[in-house]
Amino acid sequence: MSESPPAVEVTGLCKSYGGTAALDGLDLTVRTGTVHALLGPNGAGKTTAVRIMTTLLRPDAGRALVAGHDAVRDPDEVRYRIGLLGQSAALDEELSGRQNLELFGRLYHLGGRGAARRAAELLERFGLAAAGARPVRQYSGGMRRRLDLAASLIMRPQVLFLDEPTTGLDPRARQAVWQAVRALRDAGTTVLLTTQYLEEADRLAGTITVIDHGRAIAEGTPDQLKDRVGIPRLEVVVRDPGRLAEAAALLGTGTGTGTGTVTDPARRLAGAPAADGTPALTRAVAALAEAGIGIEDIALRRPTLDEVFLHLTGPAADSPRKAPA
Amino acid sequence: MTAPAPASGLLAVRVPRTPGDRLRRALTDSATMTRRGLAHWSRQPGALLTMLLFPVLMLVMFAYFLGGGMAVEGGGDYKEYLVPGLLTLTMAFGLETTMVALTQDINRGVLDRFRSMPIAPSAVLVGRSVLDLLASAAGLLVMAATGLAIGWRFHNGPGPALAAFGLLLLLRFALLWAGICLGLMAGKPELVQAVQILIWPVAFLSSAFTSPDTMPGWMGAIAEWNPLSATAGAARELFGNPGWGGGSWATDHHVLLAVAWPLVLLAVFTPPALSHYTRLGH
Ligand SMILES: Nc1ncnc2c1ncn2[C@@H]1O[C@H](COP(=O)(O)OP(=O)(O)O)[C@@H](O)[C@H]1O
Ligand SMILES: [Mg+2]
Repeated sequence: MSESPPAVEVTGLCKSYGGTAALDGLDLTVRTGTVHALLGPNGAGKTTAVRIMTTLLRPDAGRALVAGHDAVRDPDEVRYRIGLLGQSAALDEELSGRQNLELFGRLYHLGGRGAARRAAELLERFGLAAAGARPVRQYSGGMRRRLDLAASLIMRPQVLFLDEPTTGLDPRARQAVWQAVRALRDAGTTVLLTTQYLEEADRLAGTITVIDHGRAIAEGTPDQLKDRVGIPRLEVVVRDPGRLAEAAALLGTGTGTGTGTVTDPARRLAGAPAADGTPALTRAVAALAEAGIGIEDIALRRPTLDEVFLHLTGPAADSPRKAPA
Repeated sequence: MTAPAPASGLLAVRVPRTPGDRLRRALTDSATMTRRGLAHWSRQPGALLTMLLFPVLMLVMFAYFLGGGMAVEGGGDYKEYLVPGLLTLTMAFGLETTMVALTQDINRGVLDRFRSMPIAPSAVLVGRSVLDLLASAAGLLVMAATGLAIGWRFHNGPGPALAAFGLLLLLRFALLWAGICLGLMAGKPELVQAVQILIWPVAFLSSAFTSPDTMPGWMGAIAEWNPLSATAGAARELFGNPGWGGGSWATDHHVLLAVAWPLVLLAVFTPPALSHYTRLGH
């Protein structure tokens, strides 16, 4: 079976602002029907990339193909196929929620009646029907975000761009946005979202591209990224504190990949690197059982995405990798 | 992998390909943008009312508080002199309205949504100009009605009077594009304030309130050539109100200048306004 063409294909994208490079040769491919996260710290170039892909900004160099069309050469073709939820609200504050959606619907040439129908549908779907007549100026941050998202869905876009969709939202509003993104994903919409929140990328995205200083520095599924950074570590909590040192030594021989150490005597915790993962776990369990050391808990711990992020973007990114503690 | 479920496709993609299609889209989208402005008015009738009533207040104040001390050369009624001047000033102050509306749109991010949508590139600006012209036409009507109520008259019949209103709106149209250009260049409210302040000396260095003959030499010369004086003088001439003759070339060719100045302003401001707009994303 053949892959459908990628929803977004970005190559060598560059953009500078007065000498500082916001994008420095960004490459990015988003497969159709996936949720793809662009993860990076503040100032990494996420917004710049999104603005170029959504035809708002011209790159200095490189190419952005969106839904098969060049964002610079055929901006209208791209604009018909995308939805954009920008980093800050792109709404008319003076108009009501309904008037906003109707205005955008008319600009998509749905006609007066078509625009009104679509506005009503979307208000209902995003729980804004009751607030539909109030001016957006009076909306809470969460309501604004939902209306902005509704506006970006008027056309049922092929590719949806979400630039930090939940930054600044309270946990409940964040959950609502996440739920909406999941529903879109389940309906088959391709979503490219940017985020500084590791948790957000981890929860929503099938693929994550880590971006820093205007360049992609790593890419993969959340698990692949975690694997890239550090080998998993085996951790054991023993019942009898008196046998902790013995357990640590056994872990080392059991995993066969390194020295076991007492990690935290107070918590009766010992650990050892476990390069091959589950088989190492099985061997360690067997070794501990044979020695008659009772265990309270044993787990294979992958590095968290936080550690991945720090490892990839932090100042020590070039230095040899340390095993995660 | 199978083809993804077509979650998209509410609309067939209709990118206009022919000039006719593009023109149709430009008209539809501009009309939608104008409608947006009308919705703003109905949401905030207070703002519209202030915009319409401020010049009326000025008219009443100048007519009754200053009017007594103002002499019109040739001995006319000061109100007859004042009304065309204030009509012209109202057009000039419209510059500010346009700038404020545009900088607000830019700073509020709604422009980003418009620009990410497949709409005619001219729609935002054309919609804005149509709306502002509508506001100005309404303003002229309200002012003229007030003028009639306090004793101002037009003496040459409805034809020349309509021509005078046409020239006033032409000036407004030209200043509108100046406002669009400056609004786009500034992008920030600070420059709007600068323009709000600078507009006063320009207004007073014109024949709006007093005849340039009564000003010190160099000021009088500036005032005579001020585009506002051209329109005010032409309006006085067409309405048959006093005080438009002066003997200099500029004052003898008011109507010509009232056409020429706005065209010059349009030639100066429209191209950079359009290129600023299309280059917003560069
Ligand atoms: N309009 C602009 N003018 C000048 N510098 C900018 C502008 N927009 C972005 N930058 C700079 O480009 C870099 C990338 O910014 P941005 O794309 O907004 O990053 P992110 O969205 O990842 O936080 C930052 O250093 C930022 O300061
Ligand atoms: Mg950003």
